Amino acid sequence: MTFIIPTGKLLHSPANRIPGSINGRFTVAREAIAGRTRLPMCADRVSYTLDSTLETVNSAEEAATRAATDAGFDDEEVMKISMAVREAAVNAVLHGNAYDPAKKVTLAFERNGHDLVITVRDQGKGLDIGKVPDPLAPENLMKTSGRGIFLIRSFMDVVEIHPSHAGTELRMIKHVHGNAVNSKEASQ
Amino acid sequence: MSMKSSTRQVDGVTIVDLSGRITLGEGSVVLRDTVRELLSKGQKKILLNLGDVNYIDSSGIGELVSAFTTAKNQGGELKLLNLTKKVHDLLQITKLYTVFDIKDDEASAVKAFAK
Repeated sequence: MTFIIPTGKLLHSPANRIPGSINGRFTVAREAIAGRTRLPMCADRVSYTLDSTLETVNSAEEAATRAATDAGFDDEEVMKISMAVREAAVNAVLHGNAYDPAKKVTLAFERNGHDLVITVRDQGKGLDIGKVPDPLAPENLMKTSGRGIFLIRSFMDVVEIHPSHAGTELRMIKHVHGNAVNSKEASQ
Repeated sequence: MSMKSSTRQVDGVTIVDLSGRITLGEGSVVLRDTVRELLSKGQKKILLNLGDVNYIDSSGIGELVSAFTTAKNQGGELKLLNLTKKVHDLLQITKLYTVFDIKDDEASAVKAFAK
């Protein structure tokens, strides 16, 4: 099933800026393939620059709910996507930026053909993938934290984590209408 | 919607009726404070009614684990009642479903506590 966004339609307009971004910068970048009569890979993108606060976590979740709904996902998938984004935002605010007011969280949604691509980036020290515990291991089962990335991987079709000295970028993809559902993978 | 909590007593069991979201921040704090207060008052048979909890994140899951462990370490018992599908599914995929004692009927849940 071809999923086409009418040319010029944004996932969100600046007028609908997400709550909590008052102290952050709001930027919108639209990338559309112009000059073609058929747009099978039409791509729209919206991004937010947010403070390292708890409010950002809630705002990111709300923005994800809207983006996923706009992309045509059903209620259950919308919940999964919004929860994945919430967990990614928690990681960025708490573990990445450690609530540092000088550091920002960047959140971006992009509709790319059959995919909803979501990127969450922090300005922390860079996640040490090797130190992320397996929350399903018997010795970790009763721990009170450490399930965020596991839930993100459970709910999204593709999850990529790119740590660097300048921060961590977490890129998540959900296929619209179940396309290529077998391509679930995680690269680190 | 933030989380609300109220307690009632049934046959020596404290039933905590929770509603809203158990998430990082207020929701998790409300749950933590409620359970700690009950235990400090010697109310060690705790039944968390999650029937109106429509959302829980990894922090909320952590608080449930913490509440369960804290109660157990203090000689108490903590059980869960009336899981919504979302919470049920989350506990399934995190393999915590079999860790908690989960009930779907209040009367039998109350009876299940040690006398």
